[in-house]
Amino acid sequence: MKILVAVKRVVDHNVRIRVRPDGSGVETNGVRMSMNPFCKHAVEAAVQLAEAGQASEIVVVSIGPKASNDVILTALAMGAHRGILVETDAALETLAIAKLLAKVVDEEQPDLVLLGKQAVDDDSNHVGQMLAALTNRPQATFASEIKLDGHTLEVTREVDYGRETIDLALPAIVTADLRLNTPRNAALPMVMKARSKPLAVRPAAEFGVDLTPRLVVESVAPPAERAAGTTVASAIDLADIIVADVNEMEAI
Amino acid sequence: MGVLVLAELDNGTLSPATARVVAAAAKLGAIDLLVAGPRAAAEAGATLAGVAKVILATETVLADGLANLLAGLAPGYEHIAAAASTTGKDVMPRLAAQLDIQPVTDIVAILGANRFTRPIYAGNALQTLTDAQARHVLTFRASAFRPAAGGNAAPIETLDATVASAARFIAAHRTESDIPDLATAQIVVGGGVSVGSAEGFKLIEALGRSLGAAIGATRAAVDAGYAPNDWQVGQTGKIIAPDLYIAVGISGALQHIAGIQGAKKIIAINTDAEAPIVKIADVALIGDLFDILPQLTAELEKRGLKG
Repeated sequence: MKILVAVKRVVDHNVRIRVRPDGSGVETNGVRMSMNPFCKHAVEAAVQLAEAGQASEIVVVSIGPKASNDVILTALAMGAHRGILVETDAALETLAIAKLLAKVVDEEQPDLVLLGKQAVDDDSNHVGQMLAALTNRPQATFASEIKLDGHTLEVTREVDYGRETIDLALPAIVTADLRLNTPRNAALPMVMKARSKPLAVRPAAEFGVDLTPRLVVESVAPPAERAAGTTVASAIDLADIIVADVNEMEAI
Repeated sequence: MGVLVLAELDNGTLSPATARVVAAAAKLGAIDLLVAGPRAAAEAGATLAGVAKVILATETVLADGLANLLAGLAPGYEHIAAAASTTGKDVMPRLAAQLDIQPVTDIVAILGANRFTRPIYAGNALQTLTDAQARHVLTFRASAFRPAAGGNAAPIETLDATVASAARFIAAHRTESDIPDLATAQIVVGGGVSVGSAEGFKLIEALGRSLGAAIGATRAAVDAGYAPNDWQVGQTGKIIAPDLYIAVGISGALQHIAGIQGAKKIIAINTDAEAPIVKIADVALIGDLFDILPQLTAELEKRGLKG
């Protein structure tokens, strides 16, 4: 079985982001970037399937500027076999990304595509579902457990009421939730080896997809600051405050 | 051209999130509410103010089936909307790609028929955008909107369509509880990893019961096995906006703060006066939760509060 994994380079999730004063967006210059955490879970799931003898090739793809090479190298160091960078400096919307990925799926014909459930920068949670629609494949989003039995995939999903299990026939699209696995840290020899694995750089324009944005972002602003709070000394004082709050709520 | 809203169901009944999404969508036009579930849920939907008509469809539980169902109805509508729940997140992007529309999701404010605000970067920035497309696929963060009033009696139309799904539903693993729904509760008590054990979480639950509150948990508390996954509040869990959030033994990681930023009032109970949650709290009590919670719960019960 061949697996395609999509990975995204984002502002590292431990960085406290800064909104640009002119409201044009979030400052990304000189900020630490890394692989989106959910993409790491997707790569780890693919590598585990390969280690279990259930996948023979893992292709990792990223869409973005040249610097996205580093997240592809991270995935190769974790155990993916080869990489594809679809290079563009444009800020792409999720529909355009899904369309580019659909072209890569057409070329590569993977049995399974793994993605993270959402990227922690735009928080969209779109691309896996859109790719499933565009390639007319079944989808299993928010996966916390994947079991492969021949050409059937049994996936347990994290949903609002708890968990649910579905099964779907390959080829399929799965998006990883954070409880799917614990991503490995690649050891130094693997990082060195990753540099010799094949990595194809392809200009986004080559795929013939209309990348024109559909949405106009007017402004990006920090959320309203919360007013400074007070401290109380005892549980009794706190109970007074809570009772007053609840009474006020009921009055409304 | 009106608004088509996908009703949010929970175990076959209309979820409280639906009334909130209907209230939000009513700002965009008259609503046709699609209920893919039992007739009783459609009848409940018909009472919501702003609903012009309920469309009742054969039950379809999986994303591709629901997306196909919506795509079939789509030509009659300018806006197609749902809650930003796990169902809405699963279905609406799939539908949008099918219709060649860039969706706008997790909307927290409606500024016009095609102008919306949505959070990015775990709620640390708010993006205001104009959707220049002729038609719109949207999800609304239910907790950001007040529920629609009842008292309506919209007609119910039955849709005669069976929609196949390429995936198959096997089993639901439901967290059984009589605790109010986390995503729409007015009061939420949240516990962090400092609670120390699943046993310790009983103190959180007891405080919750004294207030008729829903219970939340941090990712660390869920990972440690103290609380079930579906109690997780944060960027990757549920996003809540209660009137009152009581954070117990929660330090306030960025990821968790993202889930509670919409809370009107935050109370923090923590041993560490320097914890980030204490900095953003409206009221803080510094001390050991194991001393404070039993006292606080007893005090609230004494005063006869049950939410």
